Amino acid sequence: MIPADAYLRILPEIILSVFGIIVMMLDAVMDEHNDRKSLGIVSAVGFVAALVATFYQTTLAPAINTTDAATWWGMIRVDNFSIFFHVVVILISLAVTLMSFEYLSTQNIRYGEYYALILFGTVGMGLMSCAMELVLLFIAIEISSISTYVLAGFRRRAAESTESSLKYFLLGSFATAFFLYGVAMMFGATGSTYVADIARSLQNGAPTLAYLGIALMIVGLGFKVAAAPFQIWTPDVYEGAPAPIVGLMSTGPKAAAFAVLLRVLFGTNAPGWFWIIWICAALSMTLGNLGALVQQNVKRMLAYSSIAHAGYLLVAFTATKDMPLGISAAMFYAASYAAMNVGAFAIVSHFANAGEKYVLVDDYAGLGRRSPVLAAVLTIFLLSLIGIPITGGFFAKFYVFSAALKSNLIGLTIIGVINSAIGAYYYLRLIVLMYMHEERAEVPVQPISFGLGLALAMGVVATLYLGILPGRVLNFAIASAKVLLP
Amino acid sequence: MNADVLHPFILTLVTFLPAAGALLLAFFPRRDRDIRWFALLISIVTLLLSLHLPWHFATGQSGFQYEVNKQWISMPNAAFSKAATNIHYHLGMDGISLWLVILTTFLVPFSVLISWKSIKDRSKEFFILLLVLETAMIGVFISLDLFLFYFFWEATLIPMALLIGMFGHGRKVYAAVKFFLYTMVASVFMLAAILWLYAHTGSFDFVTIQQALRSGQVAGFQTAAQWLFLGFFVAFAVKVPLFPFHTWLPDAHVEAPTAGSVLLAGVLLKMGTYGLLRFSLGLFPEQARSNAPWIMTLAIIGIIYGALVAMVQPNMKKLIAYSSVSHLGFVVLGIFSFTQAGIDGAVYQMINHGISTGALFMLAGILYERRHTYEIKEFGGLATPMPIYATFFLILTLSSVGLPLMNGFIGEFLILSGAFQSRAVYGILAATGVIWSAAYMLWLYQRVFYGTVKHEVNNTLPDMSGRERLALWPFAVAALIMGVAPLLWMNSIDPAVARVVENVSQQKSVQMQTPAAAPTVPVTENVSQVTGR
Repeated sequence: MIPADAYLRILPEIILSVFGIIVMMLDAVMDEHNDRKSLGIVSAVGFVAALVATFYQTTLAPAINTTDAATWWGMIRVDNFSIFFHVVVILISLAVTLMSFEYLSTQNIRYGEYYALILFGTVGMGLMSCAMELVLLFIAIEISSISTYVLAGFRRRAAESTESSLKYFLLGSFATAFFLYGVAMMFGATGSTYVADIARSLQNGAPTLAYLGIALMIVGLGFKVAAAPFQIWTPDVYEGAPAPIVGLMSTGPKAAAFAVLLRVLFGTNAPGWFWIIWICAALSMTLGNLGALVQQNVKRMLAYSSIAHAGYLLVAFTATKDMPLGISAAMFYAASYAAMNVGAFAIVSHFANAGEKYVLVDDYAGLGRRSPVLAAVLTIFLLSLIGIPITGGFFAKFYVFSAALKSNLIGLTIIGVINSAIGAYYYLRLIVLMYMHEERAEVPVQPISFGLGLALAMGVVATLYLGILPGRVLNFAIASAKVLLP
Repeated sequence: MNADVLHPFILTLVTFLPAAGALLLAFFPRRDRDIRWFALLISIVTLLLSLHLPWHFATGQSGFQYEVNKQWISMPNAAFSKAATNIHYHLGMDGISLWLVILTTFLVPFSVLISWKSIKDRSKEFFILLLVLETAMIGVFISLDLFLFYFFWEATLIPMALLIGMFGHGRKVYAAVKFFLYTMVASVFMLAAILWLYAHTGSFDFVTIQQALRSGQVAGFQTAAQWLFLGFFVAFAVKVPLFPFHTWLPDAHVEAPTAGSVLLAGVLLKMGTYGLLRFSLGLFPEQARSNAPWIMTLAIIGIIYGALVAMVQPNMKKLIAYSSVSHLGFVVLGIFSFTQAGIDGAVYQMINHGISTGALFMLAGILYERRHTYEIKEFGGLATPMPIYATFFLILTLSSVGLPLMNGFIGEFLILSGAFQSRAVYGILAATGVIWSAAYMLWLYQRVFYGTVKHEVNNTLPDMSGRERLALWPFAVAALIMGVAPLLWMNSIDPAVARVVENVSQQKSVQMQTPAAAPTVPVTENVSQVTGR
């Protein structure tokens, strides 16, 4: 017998799944020439409902804030940490859904599964942040990954989209296998797959097998977050996948994978990962930024930039002298990166036009004159990616580096600071092109549709809110960090 | 006093009024006339409001006035649980920042006036950027929280780079990107230093950090101090710009629109010298002293090199730009002389340079609007067709070269006397700079205005219009008043400078009494509060 409050713990997931099924069923009865915008609206309602459910969960906090063997065998815990990531991934998916209305009709894609898959993917991402058991974590990762594999191939008529999907699928399943191996090793080392039990068992020294387990899990998750040296797939996959989906997968599954990484590394007293993460962070920042410098395609550039940002985020992990500070910095970074990157991809997808023809950096020349609003909004996102004050990106970097310095990581901080100076160059190139170069008449600019406008507004508001008044979110992240630690 | 009611809000009001205006401007229809008038209105209201500041300023005091200190972003963290760990919205001004704020609010309305006709395309964007820039510049001078300071510091970057890149001429994109990258790269080092200070003192507050560092109880400060000093120094030196970090300046100036040049020379460069004075000297007095010899050497190289390069420029605007390198060298020299006279002079010279060089850039812009060139050889004999213009140019040239009874004289004289006190050879070398500056400016004047009109087209140039005269009159008058009655300014500058000097020199006496390794116990009443904590 499962008690009623057990369902409350997975209420957002239930709502998302139900809406996913509704969308699939409606799709079956729809005329094939319909552009499926109505399904998009249904799934947007689903995301809003899931968001409401998540906020409802906060009011129940003490009752469901524990793991309890009676409810889902103690595999699910709803706490500040899971709520934080739920809100982040649901908002990301909502924004992506909103920007997809216009994208799907210009690209002439008429499949309702698109929206259903985003809904199901979000279920996986949500579960990734609240699962307290490694096998459930694995299943959650698979739910979210498989949805994104399919979504990446949605531009069926474009060969590079199929390439993207296949590449992502093959390498991704390889990576999840690593994660699964890691789980098995961990089970071998500690006799349990429950995070809390593992933490207890690793408290007083760890067997060699546990080191191996952690290393394998880092490989698997490193792939998911696109951290170097597991980043090779990123540019190709991002280039081929539909632009809104790149906006999704560079933020949503990534944020969720970071949540898992936080859970695995900090929640289990895991040993011996400090230098692995240190090297991953330094490599990701450097390779990402250097790679982005020479890109001519905006999607590839943002792909390299996402590698670099994964590196900045990993810097926060290494701030182990003051763990709550480091964890909350990582969480804050994930949130603000989501805000700015989803926004940037909203504009890329709008501007790409039918067949994603206009995705080169040079196509953005003169955008400032032809579409002042779009240009101004993109500028805000790019400034945030550079890390200029009054944007979330600045505060996120600031907070990460201050956490790192508090742990005396002067070397890594210097690498990071130099990298953010390098990064400024390629983002700036886009701003310069938009405002200081002659416009190109052959590149069409469509008026902004309502859904896209809403998605952009969400991005701008979130970016500025996190940049000017980050206090509330920071405090929430700190509180989450405290519940995460064993 | 009735005006006291305003005191808690006045700094916030002055700082954010232009930004609020810019926000409103964003919703204006694209009709140039309304946009210009509105921008002018906002900047004039800001100027009038800012005049409240010197009016009610308590001149005898050295501390910060009109202070606002509100918690902004709470940064709870495990290691430091004291209240001081939060980021504060902490504003305040002393006699040094007072006049830099007034300089900023004074320059902006005239920058709007001078851009009245020359900005035809995308004027909405232009005035929005100008007003946002004003907010950021004012914020830099009055922030007493390092986070807030960095916030405003970086916020000046984007509007200025866009002003150059969107509204400049020639190689504007190159100039804008160079300006942006130079200053951005330099300021990340300052950010790293700020973060170090936060990590080890648990505060962003300037006053708190200053006292904590002075009490000598910050772990690891002795080893890191030199690097921290350099982190701040690089950011400021690029902004000043101190030789050899100056190469972005001529490019930025030549390609920038007139208003951009005026604000760049008038205010943005002062952010660098202000930073040196407030933060480098304020936080790291010991390192400032130990590094002073080479910094002063660089300043002197800058003075002489800037002047020599200015002399051979064929381009009027580039000449004025290089003269800035030379003049700012004087300011840095004055600051690092650590004497009352030297720093008084440096602060005074910052304002002078804003007035005289700002006006010279406006004058160059007026000529450019008529002829679309800055080449000196295109002119000659302009005194005949443009007598009023020639007169204004003469007054401001004389102010720039430091003729007695003009403002430049007071500043340079004080700086030189400070430099002599600190070390005679610096004074002697720097004094040659005065001669050089007279040489290149007067030669410029001779080539442009005297002789016969060589190019036929110059005969028909119209003299200054009423609007242009309106924009230049205040500068000429200010240059003269500042030369005749410096005490009006010095009364408020002096105490603030005295505090800086005391801070720098006190450390020396304490250091000599106690061995360097032991934590020092300073003696002023400020510090005893900290040690008692």
